[in-house]
Amino acid sequence: MTRVIDKIVRSMAEAMAGIPDGATILLGGFGAAGQPTALLDGLIEQGATDLTIVANNAGTGRKGFARLLELGRVRRVICSFPRSAGSVVFEEVYRTGRLELEIVPQGTLAERMRAAGAGIPAFYTRTAVGTKLAEGKEVRNIDGVDYVMERALPGDVALVEAWQADRWGNLTYRRSGRNFNPVMAMAAKLTIVQAQHIVDLGALDPEGIVTPGVFVNRVVHVPYGDPPLG
Amino acid sequence: MADSFTPMSRAAMAARVARDIPEGWYVNLGIGIPTLVADHVPADREVVIHSENGILGVGPAPAADAVDPWLINAGKSPVTLRPGGSYFHHADSFAIIRGGHIDLCVLGAFQVAGNGDFANWATSSNDLAPAVGGAMDLAAGAKRIWVVMEHTTKEGAPRLVQTCSYPLTALGVVGRVYTNLAVLDVTAQGFVVRDMVPGLTLRDLQDRTEARLVAG
Repeated sequence: MTRVIDKIVRSMAEAMAGIPDGATILLGGFGAAGQPTALLDGLIEQGATDLTIVANNAGTGRKGFARLLELGRVRRVICSFPRSAGSVVFEEVYRTGRLELEIVPQGTLAERMRAAGAGIPAFYTRTAVGTKLAEGKEVRNIDGVDYVMERALPGDVALVEAWQADRWGNLTYRRSGRNFNPVMAMAAKLTIVQAQHIVDLGALDPEGIVTPGVFVNRVVHVPYGDPPLG
Repeated sequence: MADSFTPMSRAAMAARVARDIPEGWYVNLGIGIPTLVADHVPADREVVIHSENGILGVGPAPAADAVDPWLINAGKSPVTLRPGGSYFHHADSFAIIRGGHIDLCVLGAFQVAGNGDFANWATSSNDLAPAVGGAMDLAAGAKRIWVVMEHTTKEGAPRLVQTCSYPLTALGVVGRVYTNLAVLDVTAQGFVVRDMVPGLTLRDLQDRTEARLVAG
């Protein structure tokens, strides 16, 4: 059988190849679950800068996203919950005025990316009507109810953490590690996945595939244990 | 003179909220006291708890030696999954919320006004990096919003106000408020007192409340 479609890459350098300066990066994960930590390390090594990072949080501790912030590689953060336990680097960098911040309600953030992946340029939602987060946005009354117009949020690159992957890029996730990962996978031009397990084509139950491979470009095998080793 | 009443503890407030949730409801719990509500829903009561990060059927916190790092709630604390529970991604999770499929959301707040407006995400307009999370989506999408919070701030300032001075989370959505002193419904007439801790009079409660109270 020919292997025309093989998205498995052999090295982190290959996984990160071609990410340009100025890219918008969709970063999966919620808390420590489903965070593509190895891909973040790969991005730090790769060197792209002037990045826009879209994520739920704005990094904690000193590694990963926080390290990118500390290195001055991030121009703009789009997230729902920037301040959380351990978001020390974000707070340091934000205070210096070197970082742009866009706060988006969590469900609107997810839907803006889903819309981008689904070819929908904008949508209307009741979320944030009458609040500070609706300022400057179009409000439209539909059947007697006010809605805020929100625009799709596409990425240049998505960094995704998956549990299992095959060479076509079909993915499954692990419990609450799913979170933003499938939504981001569909919303970026270049979707890069770190997977705990690489399985043979046909080994995944077609009923259980959460992200079909059409949304995925590159998969790198990053086994780090179950549960994660640290 | 010493007060002749005892304010409820956070656990007692959570237990009181839990008691009022009918079986069969799908319920989202915010961070803080609302999260404690889950600990007061007995396993034999079929209340299905939703977590924004993609879980229906959240069970109680696990024992320290049974923590699964792959299973956390919206507050990033370890949880368990009840039989019948399910996982889904963030866009589906908020479709459940925005689509009106959640019967009740219990949230914390800084302030609630008598018209049902509430503020729970930013303490001032000068807060340039406030954390909204899913609060605005839940406030706009859940069928009912109950707020659980202390009746006053640590400094004694009322949290039940005429008009919220903090940036709003949503307008006119709060249906009921549970405080450490009372349970109040938000009605067209404003706050109606449904219950108070023993020994507290309506006048005592009004003294600690900016908005006008209506006897229940």
